[in-house]
Amino acid sequence: MAKNPFQQAGSSSAITRPPSGSEVATDTLFRGIAYTCAALIVLLVAAILWQLGKEAAPAVGEYGLGFWTSTTWDVNKSEFGVLPEIWGTLYSSLLALLLGGIFGVAIAIFLTQDFIHHKLSLVFRTIVELLAAIPSVVYGLWGIYVLIPMIRPGAEWLHEHFSWIPWFGTSLSGPGLAPAALVLSIMILPTVAAISVDAFRRIPYKVKEAAYGMGTTKWEAILKVMLPTASSGILAALVLGFGRALGETMALAMLIGNANQISLSLFSPANTLASLLASSFPEASGIEVQALMYAALVLLLITFVVNVVGLGVQQYTVRKFEGKK
Amino acid sequence: MSNVDPTAMADGELVRPNLQRQLLEGRAIKNNILTILTWIIATLAAVPLVSVIYMLLVRGGTRLFGADFVEVLTALPPAGFEMGGGIGPAILGTLTMVGIATVISVPFGIMAAIYLAILGPSSKLATTSRFLAKVLTGFPSILAGVFVYAVLVVHFGYSPWAGGVALAVLMLPTVVLAAEEAIAQVPQRMKDAAFGIGCTRTQVIWKVVLPTGLPGILTGVMLAIAGAAGESAPLLFTALFSNYFIENLSIDNNPTASLSILIYNFSGMPFENQIELAWTASLVLVLIVLVFNILARLFGQPKV
Repeated sequence: MAKNPFQQAGSSSAITRPPSGSEVATDTLFRGIAYTCAALIVLLVAAILWQLGKEAAPAVGEYGLGFWTSTTWDVNKSEFGVLPEIWGTLYSSLLALLLGGIFGVAIAIFLTQDFIHHKLSLVFRTIVELLAAIPSVVYGLWGIYVLIPMIRPGAEWLHEHFSWIPWFGTSLSGPGLAPAALVLSIMILPTVAAISVDAFRRIPYKVKEAAYGMGTTKWEAILKVMLPTASSGILAALVLGFGRALGETMALAMLIGNANQISLSLFSPANTLASLLASSFPEASGIEVQALMYAALVLLLITFVVNVVGLGVQQYTVRKFEGKK
Repeated sequence: MSNVDPTAMADGELVRPNLQRQLLEGRAIKNNILTILTWIIATLAAVPLVSVIYMLLVRGGTRLFGADFVEVLTALPPAGFEMGGGIGPAILGTLTMVGIATVISVPFGIMAAIYLAILGPSSKLATTSRFLAKVLTGFPSILAGVFVYAVLVVHFGYSPWAGGVALAVLMLPTVVLAAEEAIAQVPQRMKDAAFGIGCTRTQVIWKVVLPTGLPGILTGVMLAIAGAAGESAPLLFTALFSNYFIENLSIDNNPTASLSILIYNFSGMPFENQIELAWTASLVLVLIVLVFNILARLFGQPKV
């Protein structure tokens, strides 16, 4: 392209010319493929829903809504119910959300509100991102050989002295809800922190300057101005983090103990929908597969609702601050 | 404390409020306590990562960085009380299935992203696809396994293809959303210039948009690969596990080993040798994931 394109414009080999027939044909074909690929995402979601629905249909017909409220999972008697799993899923995720939420939001404040030099904050951001990069199954292994032995003495002490509190009602005999929820909170912390950081970043700087101008301390500005302004973004972070926790599988299958029971105690084994699938599916056959498909459908519905709510709140936040989309 | 109302006049003279910082004032103390608390929380959050990395290096590193590292990386896993052994089939299986997933999800993802970002950004299909892609990022990974089980495994049996397709389902939304963002950031004037010399939309996309957006697209692809390599739940009942190297890419009843399932299986075994290998496999898996994360960062660096 060394020549001046304007000199060429008048010549027969002009740089500008209408597209040839084959180019138009390629264009149509290419756009058709792109359109198909975009449509495939919709088709994929539809196929997932349809397949799970189809496979679960016999079990849905057989057990109906009682499946949601029954507490037995007995292959020999062909009785299936997932109430303990639903309870375990929600309980462990809520505990993880409580801990991971506090840590995640605190870290978002720490990273965005000028606590440290911005180069050092890059280091912390990398640490948080690396937490998200470590595979679930490695957290499971770490939980078995590091976390459980570590929290066991504390759990025993709490059980001995406060066993009248339902949370400490049983002793921790290895896998249980507490280590599972702890690992889960580590795993959702990066999600919560990343979306909360976005929420704080969206606040115009003049908002903080106005607060400081009124003579607030740093924390008065954070608690009374920044947090309320970022609240919808933080809510989205919490809901999406909750969604992550609900669907997390391997670490929980390794740490929660897979016991089909409902208990308030933090130290008793429990089960979740995802780890029920992970532990029972490989050996299941016949009606149990259909029941597991039904359980998968329940998990899909719960996570779908939570994620849609989270995305809705997030989009509302973006619209609030940017006035578009 | 002399926070006197500055508008109040005494003897016609303004009484100045005390504007000096009072370190022992209640709100200053509260401020400092909260600041210290935040530092503690931020430090605590780094503890799990440090602990995981320390354990990986100490327990997994002895085998991997020891004298018999070739055996560890290439040998078959040991059975029962057997000593030694390695994780060769699992490494090969993981790489194969991630490769299959990449080959499937990346072309589809980038084409879909082209439609979402350029061809019809606000069409009904684009809005729906974009929303569903976002929903899919929060999709429980085990359900991808259940879905592929129902579609492929029921008909053909366990295979690397089933595992690869399950991973592709999980990679797709990451690729689509990252590629869309990268493509949408290509400046409008560059596209306009290409249109101005008579390019068709396809030519604009191939010759201007994709080369310009490539770093961002590659970042997304690398992150998706890193995520897929670490996944285990979708492989549980699609690829299953095998103690031997995969010999071919047959879809017909061809169970395949993977690092993550090896870790899961060996973690519960009562044999010290197997547990040691689980840590070694974890270290290898984390290293693979880290390499792709670092690649993503390298590609993501602005070139200008």
